[in-house]
Amino acid sequence: MTRWGMVVDVDRCTGCDACVVACQEENNVQIVGESEAANGRAMHWLRIERYVEGEFPDARVTFRPVLCQHCGEAPCEPVCPVYATYHTPDGLNAMVYARCVGTRYCANNCPYTVRTFNWFDPEWPAPLDRQLNPDVSPRVSGVMEKCTFCVQRIQGAERAADAAGREVADGDIRPACAAACPAQVFTFGDLEDPESRVSRLAKSPRAHHLLGDLGTQPGVIYLEGADWGGNAGDGEAGDETEPATTEPSTTEPAAPATAAAGETSP
Amino acid sequence: MAGSGDRARERLALNRFRPWLVVATLASGALTLLFFYAWGYQLWNGIGVVGMNRPVSWGIYESTFVFWIGISHAGTLISAILRVTGAEWRRPVTRCAEAITVFALCVGGLFPILHLGRAWKVYYVMPLPNSRGLWPNYRSPLAWDSVAISAYLIGSILYLGLPLLPDLAILRDRASGWRKRFWTLTALGWSGTAQQWRSLEAGIKVMAIVIIPLAVSVHTIVSWDFAMTLVPMWNSTIFGPYFVVGAIYSGIAALLVAMALLRFGLKLGDWLTDSVFSKLALLFLVMTMAWGYFTFSEHLTAWYANEVAEARVLWTRLTGAAAPPFWTMVVLNFVVPMLVLPFRRGRRPVPLCLVGIGVLIGMWLERILIVVPSLATPRLAYTVGSYTPSWVELSILAGSAGLFLFLYLVFMQAAPILSVWEIAEGERHEAGPSPVGAGGASSAGARTAGARRDAGHDVGAAATGGA
Repeated sequence: MTRWGMVVDVDRCTGCDACVVACQEENNVQIVGESEAANGRAMHWLRIERYVEGEFPDARVTFRPVLCQHCGEAPCEPVCPVYATYHTPDGLNAMVYARCVGTRYCANNCPYTVRTFNWFDPEWPAPLDRQLNPDVSPRVSGVMEKCTFCVQRIQGAERAADAAGREVADGDIRPACAAACPAQVFTFGDLEDPESRVSRLAKSPRAHHLLGDLGTQPGVIYLEGADWGGNAGDGEAGDETEPATTEPSTTEPAAPATAAAGETSP
Repeated sequence: MAGSGDRARERLALNRFRPWLVVATLASGALTLLFFYAWGYQLWNGIGVVGMNRPVSWGIYESTFVFWIGISHAGTLISAILRVTGAEWRRPVTRCAEAITVFALCVGGLFPILHLGRAWKVYYVMPLPNSRGLWPNYRSPLAWDSVAISAYLIGSILYLGLPLLPDLAILRDRASGWRKRFWTLTALGWSGTAQQWRSLEAGIKVMAIVIIPLAVSVHTIVSWDFAMTLVPMWNSTIFGPYFVVGAIYSGIAALLVAMALLRFGLKLGDWLTDSVFSKLALLFLVMTMAWGYFTFSEHLTAWYANEVAEARVLWTRLTGAAAPPFWTMVVLNFVVPMLVLPFRRGRRPVPLCLVGIGVLIGMWLERILIVVPSLATPRLAYTVGSYTPSWVELSILAGSAGLFLFLYLVFMQAAPILSVWEIAEGERHEAGPSPVGAGGASSAGARTAGARRDAGHDVGAAATGGA
């Protein structure tokens, strides 16, 4: 069996937002405009959370890309009265847009607040309509949506492998965020395959789940806690809130693997 | 029978023309139009015309839904408990309480539909056979809701409708023209035979017993919309009983307000007496204390455990953005009733009506305080949000009150708002040499049939003079 998963190396993130833009373009995500975004209705499937720890000049800024965690025990799934969100056999938390009636119950029960709602019909004034991705179905007003791990790319890679008469190889699939990231924060692959890069990275001592104590069994693993020599010295370690960051700095056994992940050809 | 009693009973059944009734019906009808205009506007332009956002994806609609379902407990539950326990003072109260239930459910039941992003797809939530073999997800509390509320609505309509039959027959017998045709249709061929009375009494008894667990389960399931989730301050074991207590509390408040307005508006002081108000006020006082106890427990445990996510919601309520409505709620729902209800002078119609209005406002605030602060302070602090309702949501809130009043006022003009035959029966219990317990079902049937004949005769006699 396959369980698609992703490793997000927070220590590498520079907060450039390239992943956010790439995701929006790849998935035909509605552009809501300035005033709606100010209303809290921006529809990014992926957001960069920015945290400032400490006071200037001893401040340290960290960035955390947050996307759908594709939980193994997803709180959003049982609450949907119409099965519009469900679990695929390969571990994706999927949305059936045509089935969604828009109760927004799933969004309430998502502890990561990653689900976005189409409050209005999308509009792509010309020539923006020409840039739509033909592999991704557009959504209408009143429907919930969220990160799919670029399921169209997963299916594309599976079809290509099928045509070539082979299995999908590790690294064949790169979601839009991973492809766009200049710092190689994202690594995508099969968590069930012990040889895949995500599986090896997930064993890093820096690895942890976001809100892991809720028991949601996320398919996204965060790497966090490298010593940046200066910004987060031993003196401040006690003040930090994340347990992962208070661990003694690792000697980065994972770092070569991360670098290897970056070397995959597109 | 005393002549004054007969004349008094005439007034119950007669639908006199009253200018204020017409004005009230027109005003509530205008609000009803506003309700449907706002809903139509929302359907046409998209659900985005509301003030909700991410992370506050539920708002006034869900709070008001819980509010109306709560009000619906006025009737059926209170009237059923009083009936089952044989409380004689229930007789003038049951009908107006049961009508509150049915119409509050009709209004409340619209809210889960109108809050949908695609309301026209609501039938997906129903188990309709279809070629794709798609079925609702019965693991979802919202799917439980749709079952529970439909069952409760059907039960409440039966429970209101059964004791209505003899009264509709009284109206049918004295009416003419289209009114006679209307009441002939609605009275379902009631003729007052002993057999009919036996069946009716059996039916009322069964429904009174069935409706109590049904009402408790409905509001428990409504509470589970929240309690089943992972959301901070929603995931609570006491939400089931807390919501049921709150529902009965707001239900009694609605009933007291309705009774006070009926008493003064229709001059029904002969039946809705100070004594009836005072007895219901004691029940009201008990529910005030029960509500206060639950609210205290709910917040105390969250404060003591001091879990990060819950504490954020708690302090939003106690001292943060939600503090003004929170403390208003505490004053209206606990402080004021506790200062008024324990005293004999406070348990009179006018203070009860005022306290009741306060409790209705307070209970609506309670529901919005449950829905919004929890959503506005999610676990990942980065996504914290706020909520300002739009004119559409406020219009639908006001319009729903109008719709409820409109349905209630129309009902008042189509059927007696106090149960004429039950009051007559009660008067016979008091006056006669107590036939109660003297015989079996057949003698009881004959007795009540007699009561009904009396009532019909009185009204018939009055109709000639009144028309």
